[in-house]
Amino acid sequence: MQIDLRTVSIKPLRHTFDNIARRIGGDKPASRYQEGTLDMQQTANFHYRPTWDPEHDIYDASRTAIKMADWYAFKDPRQFYYGAYTMARAKQQDTAEANFDFVENRGLAATLPESVRETVLKVLLPLRHVAWGSNMNNASVCAYSYGTGFSQPHIYHAMDQLGIAQYITRVGLLLGDVESLEEAKRAWVEDDAWQGLRRYVEDTFVIKDPVELFVAQNAALDGLLYALVYETIIDDVLSSQGGTPVAMLTQFMTDWFAETRKWVDATVKIAASESAENKAVMAGWLTHWRDRAAAALLPVGRIALGDRADEALAEVVQQFNARMAKAGVTL
Amino acid sequence: MDMQVAKKKLGLKERYAVMTRGLDWTPSYQKMEDIYPYMQYEGIKIHDWDKWEDPFRLTMDAYWKYQAEKERKLYAIIDAFNQNNGHLNVTDARYVNTVKLFISGISPLEYVAHRGFAHAGRAFPGPGPRVACLMQSLDEIRHAQTQVHSISNYNKYYNGMHDFHHMHDRVWFLSVPKSFFDDAITAGPFEFMVSIGFSFEYVLTNLLFVPFVSGAAYNGDMGTMTFGFSAQSDEARHMTLGLEVIKFILEQDPANVPIVQRWIDKWTWRGYRVLTLVAMMMDYMLPKRTMSWKEAWEVYFEENGGALFKDLARYGITMPKCAEQIALEKDHLSHQAWSTFYNYAAAANFHTWMPDEDEMAWLSSKYPESFDKHYRPRYEFWREQAAKGNRFYNKTLPMLCQTCQIPMLFTEPGDPTKICYREVDYKGDKYHFCSDHCKEIFEHEPEKYVQSWLPVHQIYQGNCFPEGTDPTVEGFDPLAAVLKYYNLEFGRDNLDFDISEDKKNFAEWRGQATKNA
Ligand SMILES: [Fe+2]
Ligand SMILES: [Fe+2]
Repeated sequence: MQIDLRTVSIKPLRHTFDNIARRIGGDKPASRYQEGTLDMQQTANFHYRPTWDPEHDIYDASRTAIKMADWYAFKDPRQFYYGAYTMARAKQQDTAEANFDFVENRGLAATLPESVRETVLKVLLPLRHVAWGSNMNNASVCAYSYGTGFSQPHIYHAMDQLGIAQYITRVGLLLGDVESLEEAKRAWVEDDAWQGLRRYVEDTFVIKDPVELFVAQNAALDGLLYALVYETIIDDVLSSQGGTPVAMLTQFMTDWFAETRKWVDATVKIAASESAENKAVMAGWLTHWRDRAAAALLPVGRIALGDRADEALAEVVQQFNARMAKAGVTL
Repeated sequence: MDMQVAKKKLGLKERYAVMTRGLDWTPSYQKMEDIYPYMQYEGIKIHDWDKWEDPFRLTMDAYWKYQAEKERKLYAIIDAFNQNNGHLNVTDARYVNTVKLFISGISPLEYVAHRGFAHAGRAFPGPGPRVACLMQSLDEIRHAQTQVHSISNYNKYYNGMHDFHHMHDRVWFLSVPKSFFDDAITAGPFEFMVSIGFSFEYVLTNLLFVPFVSGAAYNGDMGTMTFGFSAQSDEARHMTLGLEVIKFILEQDPANVPIVQRWIDKWTWRGYRVLTLVAMMMDYMLPKRTMSWKEAWEVYFEENGGALFKDLARYGITMPKCAEQIALEKDHLSHQAWSTFYNYAAAANFHTWMPDEDEMAWLSSKYPESFDKHYRPRYEFWREQAAKGNRFYNKTLPMLCQTCQIPMLFTEPGDPTKICYREVDYKGDKYHFCSDHCKEIFEHEPEKYVQSWLPVHQIYQGNCFPEGTDPTVEGFDPLAAVLKYYNLEFGRDNLDFDISEDKKNFAEWRGQATKNA
């Protein structure tokens, strides 16, 4: 028998789960972000210590120097749970696909000035390895950090970076070919201009503190790299030299940086505002990794900008300092 | 030169290779063993990561596109289900207890899988396995969240699920699934892949996931059914990964074979013990049955698994030895489990009940060798007692198996009248086991399993009372204190279904839909 149940008006016994009610100040309807995030990670009565890290519990807040009274103080301003995340990225992917189609169908790649094409291949293509490194580092933060509020955005970030590595690969295949990718990898491994950056990336692979790794990768390195390469070199300088199609091909990265930066800033702010000790630790990491990142990026900037790289990078560092100051950490 | 013309088009496989395989490089500023510190200690030898065959060639752009489409559909159905009081369409309110079991026992494991695959993905130096693991990590957080979102609506109307995260970490029987996944994630990355990727996802998933999903479909639960089917397409990928992992490891070095065989033996048994909960769910908790536990085991393990192990024989892998004992237990498992939960109905977050006459007849027909002889008389006695107002609630605490953490409820292989006990002395302490297999698992890694957080031991040690409890005061009620620690509400979350608020409310709400006010 099919009965019409819509007509039944029943009073719910409760509006959300107890753990959510405890956190949002009472039993009231909760968002999907909240129900999908808060307390998702187990916290008590673990059965065994990791054989790969017997000093720690499976999830262990003491893997980092940052101390939080409550790790769920970390909230993603984008409110990304899996569904919201994939739908947002699918939309951006639609735009990216349309942009690639536009450039391909009109043969715009062939109209690029040779100097622009060459610069793009030289500067952009090795960055697929940096994105791959970021994929690995963000997987690391996701695996070893504490509390889903903090860990969750890192798996999204990890897969975004894999996506970015793949977009860069597509740009390489469109403006060049498989040999261009191979040449870029050779440059990444051998050429002087890239060794500072490669050393930076490999050094981050051995960072054990997940919050420091967040700082080194997502705040410092990407904070400078995306501003320098995508916002300054591609969107600004190359566009004025006839490279607008390139800016279309990298729009995903530009939009992504604008979006993810809000989460990065919020995360820095929450960690730093917890205590004077946290703020000092964050400031120390931010300064150390910013300086290293700036030094590593300078020769990369010079490939595209020549002597103007110093000035452009100084400006990017300034912007970064301003961002961090707004997040409560004066560098 | 027109470079557009000169460029050769890449095939799918080549294209995927440059999209993924081409991304890594050999590091020189840090040592490999510092970047990948967990690669050696399990003894698995990998000579060439590039031999990894990518089981599915999915780039991120395609992933986002497919998955977003699935999410859009799934959430539309969940919304409609909630708005239309879809929960009142289930066969009867007893069904909701399977949902309670699922959200407090299984959904938190999806989350551990998410973190575990992030760990494994980070740990492997090869880009092929890394990408596959990380994609699965992303899928698993999807599973955890879509389950919470689907079941959120049930929580609004039914008891027992209101604090499932808290309960998962504390309630006695939930240490069975919890310790299973804790065991996997604390193992090395290779063992994790064999335990979850292969044994769980590939060999046992049809016995875990499918019974819940088809049970939901049979019992009118559109919400659960929808996330189940939506997750199935991810599972297909995960199963492929699980199989690829095994083949890859086995092909890399003959010395890997005995290590992998041990893991397969261990994890098939560990997984099977967790499936005890599913077995009783299938045979007792679904008002409308899909198939019996025994039938499911025969189809999904004995037939399908048999074919799989025949296929793996060329690597030197054999059928896990425990399969023989499981075959002996299949006539008894679900009945012994349900009897135990019927006993301990005061301390669980779901209701139990005695099967009615029709259901007893179904059980007799599905278990002709065992049901009428061993279990029906027991049930009839309990039913009689309940009718007289003596519904039996066991107030003592059971001894638990040190490995699987299930109460010692299983009988000797081949003798369903005698409880099976095994024990081991280790460093001056005695440890107890439900079976030879659990005992062997302990003996191989005693330093790991002595750590088990056994709920019963913990209660006796006074670790499961709310903070500030003084167990020495006059009239101290340990059960009440433990339930408080569990945040389990006496009289609402527990006890017999017959006297439950769930039963009463469901009847009243259905009544509103079918009768005039
Ligand atoms: Fe899953
Ligand atoms: Fe056991």
